[in-house]
Parts: sequence; structure tokens; C-alpha cells
Amino acid sequence: MPAAIFLIAFTYYPAVATLAKSFFSQGTALKPSEFVGFENFEYMLGDDVFWKVAWNNIMYAVGTIPISIALAILMAVWVNGKLPLRSLTRMAYFTPTILPMIAVANIWLFFYTPDIGLLDQVSAVFGLPSHNWLGDPDTVLGCIIAITIWKEAGFFMIFYLAALQTLPLELEEAARLEGASRWYYFRRVMFPLLMPTTLFVLINAVINSFKLVDHLFILTKGGPDNASSLLLYYIYEVAFSFLDQAYASTLTVVLLLALALIAVGQFYFLDKRVHYR
Amino acid sequence: MLTKLKRRAGQLALAAALSLGLTSTASAIELTMYYPVAVGGALTKIVDGLVADFEKENPDIKVNAIYAGNYNDARIKALAALKSGEPAQTSVMFSIDIYELIEQGAIVAFDDVVKSDEDKAWLDKFYPALMENGKTQGKTWGIPFQRSTIVMYYNKDAFRAAGLDPEQPPATWEELVSMGKKLTKKSGGNVDQWGVMIPSTGYPYWMFGALAMQNGQTLMNGDGNQTYFDAPATVEALQYWKDLGEKHGVMPSGTIEWGTLRQNFLEGKTAIMWHSTGNLTTVKNNAKFDFGVAMLPAMKRRGTPTGGGNFYIFEKSTDEEKAAALKLIKFLTQPERTAEWSIKTGYLGTRPDAYETDALKAYVKEFPPAAVARDQLEFATAELSTYQTGRVRKLLDDAIQAALTGSKSPADALGDAQKQADRLLKRYR
Repeated sequence: MPAAIFLIAFTYYPAVATLAKSFFSQGTALKPSEFVGFENFEYMLGDDVFWKVAWNNIMYAVGTIPISIALAILMAVWVNGKLPLRSLTRMAYFTPTILPMIAVANIWLFFYTPDIGLLDQVSAVFGLPSHNWLGDPDTVLGCIIAITIWKEAGFFMIFYLAALQTLPLELEEAARLEGASRWYYFRRVMFPLLMPTTLFVLINAVINSFKLVDHLFILTKGGPDNASSLLLYYIYEVAFSFLDQAYASTLTVVLLLALALIAVGQFYFLDKRVHYR
Repeated sequence: MLTKLKRRAGQLALAAALSLGLTSTASAIELTMYYPVAVGGALTKIVDGLVADFEKENPDIKVNAIYAGNYNDARIKALAALKSGEPAQTSVMFSIDIYELIEQGAIVAFDDVVKSDEDKAWLDKFYPALMENGKTQGKTWGIPFQRSTIVMYYNKDAFRAAGLDPEQPPATWEELVSMGKKLTKKSGGNVDQWGVMIPSTGYPYWMFGALAMQNGQTLMNGDGNQTYFDAPATVEALQYWKDLGEKHGVMPSGTIEWGTLRQNFLEGKTAIMWHSTGNLTTVKNNAKFDFGVAMLPAMKRRGTPTGGGNFYIFEKSTDEEKAAALKLIKFLTQPERTAEWSIKTGYLGTRPDAYETDALKAYVKEFPPAAVARDQLEFATAELSTYQTGRVRKLLDDAIQAALTGSKSPADALGDAQKQADRLLKRYR
């Protein structure tokens, strides 16, 4: 019962209030808020910035999810094996996850800075020209994606590592006796057995790709010209810089709908292919 | 027994009432002040010191200063507090928030709070350029406090190395280009030192306000309901900014990061940077070379927008609280306090008579760059501020970045921005 009260107060009520707000105009002291139906949604459809950040968000998801999951599996398999300083290596991979995103972004800002940044100093050694990584609309989103992968792969690795340790050793021995290659063993035995973890990680990764925008505040503020802006960052801007709660609610409703659809879709399609033991 | 108890209860109640009455007279007025700390650390200590001085002089007023991140955070927190009914009587907030605050009905005009002739005269004591962002509809809504302008920092050693006179920084747009070319040093395909850097992230509209003003064009009208983004002089100004990078090659092309620019200058990667006067003390403490500070160059005239925070008084407070808030603001803007504040922080002295105080006179003599911002006030104009200011500002920011990164031509980018700004501002005309 207490749990229900908290859920209602902090989850359901805000969600319903957001939905309701999205149908009203933004009120000011001079002009109170009034019911406008789907006007906010119509405005959204005509809003170029919305389409741009939505597209950016898709690219961001496509760029971060597969690579961070692949890296996570690779690192997990690596540190699951016998190697010297195993716990130290595990910790090293996990470190980016522990660091606060804002602090991380401040460090990466100086990696990417033209001329004096680490990236440019390294490339200067090889005689490459300096590049304005965050100031170029063509590279800025890639830079943001790189940070996110670096940050998330270690986190996902922990889940895979836990899953790997539950795999019975006999399977690997049996495979080796049969003369299966390591790649064959991974593809046919290990990866399918990891599917439940992959589903869980995948859902988390998708949610994170819509949720993780802290670094934008430090690195680019969505610029240049919205080239690195993501949906949630745009919602923040609309709500707290433009002070337009109504339109922010509209965008939030759309974001929630998209996330709900993706989650349902993942469960529906992938569940059939996931092998639970 | 019962009567005894009753009497006892009566005594207790009386004592309680007395003590309540006593405490309410002892702590007559409590003010809550929100304060943005854009620079952090040292600033809070200085403000705490000023507030403590005020409380010593006015024992009947207690001031709670609440520090609230950057300007944006301070505004969000103060407005949220007001909405939820928490007391807040005064706040330092972005000078350009004025239209938003008026539209929300959050602030009162100082004209409605000042009573005596002395107070009314006090309103005219500040630099007119600094008052521009605080006045609209014929009334004064904000009192300048934590204010800055853009100035040009230049590396005198780099000037000497390039064979330029270190006491003659560029004074016109052409000189900025010609000197910039001499200051740009290349080795192979790489640039070791750029001529000039003008930051174009964070606050691009602010830097652009300077360029437009230098070309004789303001970005908006005094009522905050009309912008001039597509005026020919505005487009020319953006073209010049873009040309610095792409045509003349004295500045990196693309956008230049606000946050790391100071580091670039301190490491000698650029010979000139345009930046806020708020950086003066930090640059002074960290520069390992001889540096100078100058006014921004001129095209048709010199020009810079002002920037920074004003004092506001909130509508939702009693008359006594408003009077107390006024007292606090007057105290903090006395010439001597303004001088002390300016020396410690690098922000502008907000009134001419502050520069007449012995302390500030001595400081300016010892450290002449401190006077540059003051002298430039003569050419200063208001910072971009309109109704729907967040949206309008972003339109301009996006247009500037689109032009600098080459995804749109300056004329197209500014034309689009103007069209959208017109749509937003139509209902305020």
C-alpha cells in the first residue's frame, strides 16, 4: 500500500498530468492557459528542430547500442578467462561507469578541443591537421556517441560477466572434445545462452540512448545548430529555457510513447528468440 | 486542583504568547535572496561578506542568500519557489530575463517601490547603458549589479614577435584582419597560433550583438517585440564573422568553444580573444605572458552588448519586505561597495561615482585594463532580450552556428531566424 502511494505520487500522477498539460496552451500571468486540443502536436509536426533532434536520437541509438553491446561481450569474455591481474582489469573496464557523466564530459571536452586537445596533440605527432571535433556538424554526433560507448560498455560488461559465470563448464569442454572452434562455440552455444542477458541489456541500452544527455550540457549544448541535440535535451531546453511547459509536455508524451512502443516491440519480437533455461 | 491546573495553563499560554510576540518583534523582517553563482567559489564568499555587513547595519532585517548555480538555475529555482508559495523577495537574475519575468507577473517595477525623492534620484545614478536591459514600458524593473561587457584580450608578446606595436591593438575590422594575418603562424599544414578567436558556442548571440552593433545595427527594439535579424547590416556582420575563418584564415573555421577558449588564449594558441570582462581576474592570475585588454574594434562605430545580472524585487511580498529589499539593494550598490565588488570580482562598477572612489581609482591606476570595460560603456548597448527570449535567442544562436559551420549562408540563416522570431513576437505587438 505505501508503495502504491509513492508510485502514484511520483510516477502515475506526473505522467497523467504531463499528458493533460500537452493539450493546453502555455499560461502566463497575462494570458491563462486554455484547452487547445492537438495544437501543440501540430506545432511539433511543423517544428524543424524536433525532427532534427528525433533523427539525431535515432542515429545516436544506432551508433551506441550495437557497438557498446559487442564491446561489452568481448570484454566480458576476456576478463572471464584466466589472465594476470584479472580483478584489476575488470575494475579498469568498469571505472567509466562509476564516474559521474558531468565530470567525464569536462575531461572529454579537453580531449576534443582543437589544437590543445589530446586528440589533436596525438594526431599532430603523425602530422595530421588539427580538427575542430565538436565545432563541426559532421563529427560532433560521432564524438558524443564515442563518449557514450566508452561510458556504457563497462556497465553492460558486468551483466555479461555475471551471465558467463553461470554457464556450465561442461558445455565448453564438450564443444572442445567435438573439435568445435572457439568462434563456433561462441556463435552456437555461448551467445544463445546469453540471450536473456542480451535482451535485458538491449532494453537498458535503448532507454539510455534516450535518457543519457548529461554530457551535452557540458560539451555542446546541442550545438552547433542542433547537430548534437537529442530529444531529452530539447525537452529540457523547451521546459526550462523557453519556459514552455505545454510544449515540453507534448514532447515528453511523444518520447514516452516511443519508448513504450520500442519496449513492447522488443519483448514481443525478441521473446520468441530468447532461450530461458 | 482543577482551578490550579487551569491557572497553570493560563500562565503557560500567556508566557507562550509573550515569547511569540517578543520573537516576532526581534526578527522583524526576513528576506530570501536568490543568487546565481556563474563563476563559483570566491564569489559566494564576497556576497556573504557584503550581506553580513548589511545585517550588522540593519539588525532588524535578516537576509538568507540562496546560491543557485548559473543564471538559468537561479531563475528556475526562484520561479519555482514563488509558484510553490515559498517566500522570496529579491534575486539577482539574468538582465535579459526581464520580459519573461514581467510576463509571468513575477516582479514589480522599482518605480512602484521607491518612495522618497532620494530613492528616485538613486535610480538615475547608474550608467545608462547598463540600465537599458532593466527598462521597458517606461519603467525600471532591474538594477544593475553583476554586469560585464565583451572586451578584447591580446597577447602582447605575440604582437612583438609578429612585429606589431603591442600598444596598438586592432581598432577596426580591417586592422583585425590585417594584424590577424600577421599573428597567424603556420608550420606545414598546421596552425601553431591563430590570429583571433571569437567564441561561438554557449552565448553566440552575445558575441554577435557586438559585431552587429559595430556595424551600426541593434538586434531588437526597446519594447522587446521586434528583432532585426535580417537587416542588411546584421547579415554583413555575420558574413564578416564567417569570413574571419573561411576567407581570411585568421580564425579556425567552424564553431569555437566558449568553455575552452580561455585555455587556448593562456596557452598561446590564439593571439587575440574576445571574451567577457568577467575573465579579467583569472587571465591576470594565470597568463605567463604580457597581455593587454582593449575595446572591441569598430566598423561603423565601436560597440558591445552589456551582459550579466540585475537585481529584481518580486511581486509576491509585503510592502515592508519590498522596502527592506530596496534597502538591501541600495546598500549593495553604494559607490564604495560597488568599487569593492568590482575590484574583487572583475565585474564592472555599475555607476560613474564608483570610479571616483579612492579604492577603485588606485586599482585602475595600478591595473589599467580594469578601466577598458568602463570606457567602452559609452559605446555599449543592451544584450539581446525580447519576449519569449529563450526561443528567440536560440533562433539566433542556431542561425549563427549554421552560418559559421557552412550549412546555410548568413543571409538565409538570418532570414529564417527572423521569420520565426516574427511569428513568436507577433502577439506582443
